[in-house]
Amino acid sequence: MSTIEVRELSFSYNGRPVLEGISLAVGAGERVALLGANGAGKTTLIKLIGGTLRCSHGSVTIAGIPLERLSRRDVARRIATVPQVFSVPFAFSVREIVELGRTPHLRTFTGLSAGDRHAVEQALHLTGAQEFSNRIFNELSGGERQRVVIAMALAQEPEILLLDEPTQQLDLARQAEILDIVSELNQRKGLTVVAAIHDLNLASRYFEHLVFLHNASVTREGSPAQVLSPEVLHKVYGSHIQVLRPDGQAQPIVLPLPESELHRGRASGLSGETKQE
Amino acid sequence: MPNSESSVAFGPERAFLLEISALLLALVLVMVLAAGAGAVAIPGSEVLSILGSRLGLRHAPPYWPTSHEVILLHIRLPRVLGAALVGAALSVAGALFQGLLRNPMADPFIIGTSGGAALGGSLGVLLAARVSVLGFGPVPTLAFLGALGAMVVVYRLSRIGGQTPVVNLLLAGFAMSVILSYAMSLILILNDRLQLNTRVVYAWLLGGIAVSRWSQIGVIALFVFCGIACSCTFGKSLNALSLGDETAQQLGIHVERQRAAIIAVGSVLTAAAVSGGGLIGFVGLIVPHFLRMIFGPNHTRLLPLSALGGATFLVLADLISRIAIPPTELPVGILTAFIGGPAFLFLLRRTRREYRF
Repeated sequence: MSTIEVRELSFSYNGRPVLEGISLAVGAGERVALLGANGAGKTTLIKLIGGTLRCSHGSVTIAGIPLERLSRRDVARRIATVPQVFSVPFAFSVREIVELGRTPHLRTFTGLSAGDRHAVEQALHLTGAQEFSNRIFNELSGGERQRVVIAMALAQEPEILLLDEPTQQLDLARQAEILDIVSELNQRKGLTVVAAIHDLNLASRYFEHLVFLHNASVTREGSPAQVLSPEVLHKVYGSHIQVLRPDGQAQPIVLPLPESELHRGRASGLSGETKQE
Repeated sequence: MPNSESSVAFGPERAFLLEISALLLALVLVMVLAAGAGAVAIPGSEVLSILGSRLGLRHAPPYWPTSHEVILLHIRLPRVLGAALVGAALSVAGALFQGLLRNPMADPFIIGTSGGAALGGSLGVLLAARVSVLGFGPVPTLAFLGALGAMVVVYRLSRIGGQTPVVNLLLAGFAMSVILSYAMSLILILNDRLQLNTRVVYAWLLGGIAVSRWSQIGVIALFVFCGIACSCTFGKSLNALSLGDETAQQLGIHVERQRAAIIAVGSVLTAAAVSGGGLIGFVGLIVPHFLRMIFGPNHTRLLPLSALGGATFLVLADLISRIAIPPTELPVGILTAFIGGPAFLFLLRRTRREYRF
């Protein structure tokens, strides 16, 4: 049985359909990347799965249970989200932020139990955030902050981790660092991961299943090798993108073709797809 | 095996107990000092002895003049307790609104409560009716109703499709405040023309602890204690809400339900404070802000600490307002503005470095 099952999901924003009849199944322990042009509905889909938005038609089931039958608290114990924007108006310390991840497990009048504290320590450890756990969140660098937000999500002890553009505004090394953490959690703890992501190469490297959203529906899904083709990319992004398949490497590499090269390529009869020797 | 059910959400519990005890001690000291100071000075030890014998803790015959006991029990003590209650209510309400609106510059008056209270109070003066509810004259009673009424209207106006975005709340509150304050100016002008009792309303608008009877203290105390008790249960949800609505929601918080509850409690606290002390500015702004800088932003600790800190601050301000230029009594609002204003401006410069959005 799939951990996340999205059936015939539709959502419109101010009368404009953002998603129409989306169906998607994510198995337990899978790593899925949601791809598509700006405004394709990646963030909306993440929010619908996370339950912060309600769909107008269709259903989302989590481990066989319809999302709307779960209480907010129950959803929060199963699904954690790393949002695109995370701002903290007050001077909370890193540990305090991560402790907030325990919110769905706490009762009104009691504080953190030994079990809660253990989960917080684990989350800090797994993300490498324990080295700066006493610092003020707002004084950290972008990469450090993102680790803390992931640690907060982990402290929820979810089965499913949703990430919305987790590598946005990070340098290349920090992007890899964050996705390494996510992959390791997926492999070691069996966490199901669904991430909206823009960088096709990172998606191809770190995710086993790619889902392309276009025109409010799923255009194509499959492994990186299956779905990354110039035709699919042209359809989704409306521009010419070169797909390189280096020898001895399962995942293709994707590069946009500059307008100038495109004309030269056409003249010499070069197609979008290149086999490198 | 460590204690598995500790009573405080974050950090070392012992430090929190120490902080609470320190602030409680400061409050008691300031209250004893304030109860003794005035035109007739009563030493602190005498204040404690009179209270002790009244509460049945001291059995030796009295060594103080009866006049001291009368002054203490019928004039000073209601006033000091009133100031403590008003201060606690204002600063807890401030902490609630700052957390809820994710804005360290918010204060209890931000969502129109002040305008509603001012209008209600001014109407009370204009009507000059000799009606009293539970020992309160028309001015505090109408101020209380005005504050609550304005809050309800602002909250309903800012709801869109079952949600209440923070920006809508701030804008609706601001617009409402402006409308109400001009309505109040109009009433004051009419009042002038018709030669009614203008002086009363000006004094009230400047803020001053107007509690003089034990029955009034009882009613205010009931609202304030219930409000603070409710507020203390909001600590965890306010921590989550300060990360934004969506993050709070994905942490399992019922955002709309919590927000409505927090606004209701914050407004009741503000209204209770306004009916007991008129419009006293800066307490709700400065006290939680200041405490947050010392003790950190965690609301499970900030809310109880704000109650004690706010009470101490206002008792002290009220004391200074009584003894600064005897026999004139300054409106306490002027003092909180003179202390709070510059302190706020100082913090404003500091926060430029401290808060990053």
